[in-house]
Amino acid sequence: MPRTLPELTPENRHVWTSGATGRLLISQCAACGYWVHPPGPVCPRCRARGITPREVSGRGTVATFTVNHQPWEPGLTVPYVVAIVELVEQAGLRLTTNIVNCPPEQVRIGMPVRLTFVRDEDVYLPMFAPDDGESAGTAVDGTGR
Amino acid sequence: MIRIGERDAVISGVGQSTIGRRLGRSGVDLSVEAVTRAVDHAGLTLADIDGVSTWPGYQPNSMGMAPVGVRDVKEALGLEVDWFCGGSETPGQFGAVFNAVAAVAAGFARHVVCFRTVTEATSIAAARNSPNPAGAVDRARVPAGSLLHWQMPFDARSAANILGMVANLHMHTYGTTRAQLGQIACTLREHAARNPKAVYRTPLTMDDYLSARMISTPFGLYDCDVPVDASTAVVISAAGCAGDLRRPPVRVEAIGSALHGRDSWDQRADLTTMAATDAARMLWRRTDLKPSDLDLATLYDGFSFLPLAWLEALAICGPGESGPFVEDGRNISFGGTLPLNPHGGQLSEGRTHGFGHLHEACLQLWGEAGDRQVPGARVAVAAAGGGPLAGCILLTSG
Repeated sequence: MPRTLPELTPENRHVWTSGATGRLLISQCAACGYWVHPPGPVCPRCRARGITPREVSGRGTVATFTVNHQPWEPGLTVPYVVAIVELVEQAGLRLTTNIVNCPPEQVRIGMPVRLTFVRDEDVYLPMFAPDDGESAGTAVDGTGR
Repeated sequence: MIRIGERDAVISGVGQSTIGRRLGRSGVDLSVEAVTRAVDHAGLTLADIDGVSTWPGYQPNSMGMAPVGVRDVKEALGLEVDWFCGGSETPGQFGAVFNAVAAVAAGFARHVVCFRTVTEATSIAAARNSPNPAGAVDRARVPAGSLLHWQMPFDARSAANILGMVANLHMHTYGTTRAQLGQIACTLREHAARNPKAVYRTPLTMDDYLSARMISTPFGLYDCDVPVDASTAVVISAAGCAGDLRRPPVRVEAIGSALHGRDSWDQRADLTTMAATDAARMLWRRTDLKPSDLDLATLYDGFSFLPLAWLEALAICGPGESGPFVEDGRNISFGGTLPLNPHGGQLSEGRTHGFGHLHEACLQLWGEAGDRQVPGARVAVAAAGGGPLAGCILLTSG
């Protein structure tokens, strides 16, 4: 059962494809430094227009999560963890994602996690694994499930 | 001094189609049934209807979530309208009602029929019976403008996943328990036993609840509402038309349509709250009534957690206090401090998608709720939506 991948646009492409270089780029306001996600053409805090993709550290914590047990479609492998991860760069800067390389029953709110990528076609999905203190993951092929 | 323009509008009638699992009827057929019943209930004729409003309008490939638009109903019934509106970018499902309230208050129309129609049960069954041909792979992408663009690629395929995360955080932060969520499911099933239209009426015990299969933590099967086929309609009339109506209308005391936080499932500053908090604050700013004046509440229950979220948003409970408030079921049952969803809600009556809650609040205020009537009900709040979708309306008997 293939994932539903995101439509790529000039505005969102850096988030979904920057993993090809092993880094995650998130939009940041050049004027005030505010991280803007989802990306947009203007900073919602200071209303400046200089928004630039910038690399984030890939470190974060699990803000909350759910373990999905329901096979919504035939062939969908369950269980899997859907989580909201808050990046260390800014309070409230969050990505909905999957927690991988971790048994679902071991995922906890507040758990430190580190970025890894799962490639599917031209998209590098930013996912997170328990932070074991080693360097950020590099792009891998595979389902991540 | 703010103008409370919604008091220039009233609710003059309500109507609902048959509610069922796999009725096999078209969405427009169900809509016509609900609309004609609502117009008749108001003491009006279709010739009096000069406005139509619906949520979320027609949407293709919606799996029965949005099978009917304004055009279908206008054309089917030959309505001549001075104003109409259908769309999904509103404060939740009640956006269709708020638009109608504004239209009659502005004088664009005198009697607007608002409807919400779903054929999800039939559509889901049809999809199950005609799976994709072997080997066919549909790699359609989630559009950049979709509210789920940042969720779907991670197999967050259902609101159960997304709101499950909110519920989990509420439990983590405040100690809310699955048994407290379960009390919502069990109490509403008790209520549904008094509602002949409810899809599920057999008693649900806490053991049944706790032993049901898990869907997406913390939600098990009975935390999730039941998709149905149904249409629900309400007639919004200009307050000045009250003399033309069959019964004293339900008064619109205040509406709540605000969204001050992020329009997003995952970026809201406090993830234990939702847009409901913004909408509810606006509602109470527009009235002298207080939560303690409420005789009943019909709060959206697409998932068991959502009534808890609305109880806190509406300041009926403090932050984190909704779990203990519902824990033994007494407060939210008949005879309790605030009977909740006397019709059984979407968890037991079926997913009429918000409009069922409004329909029930009006029947209660008219004293027409039969075996499930809350005695002497004069003030009710109806609320719909979850996540970034939220709207609420405070109603009083005429």
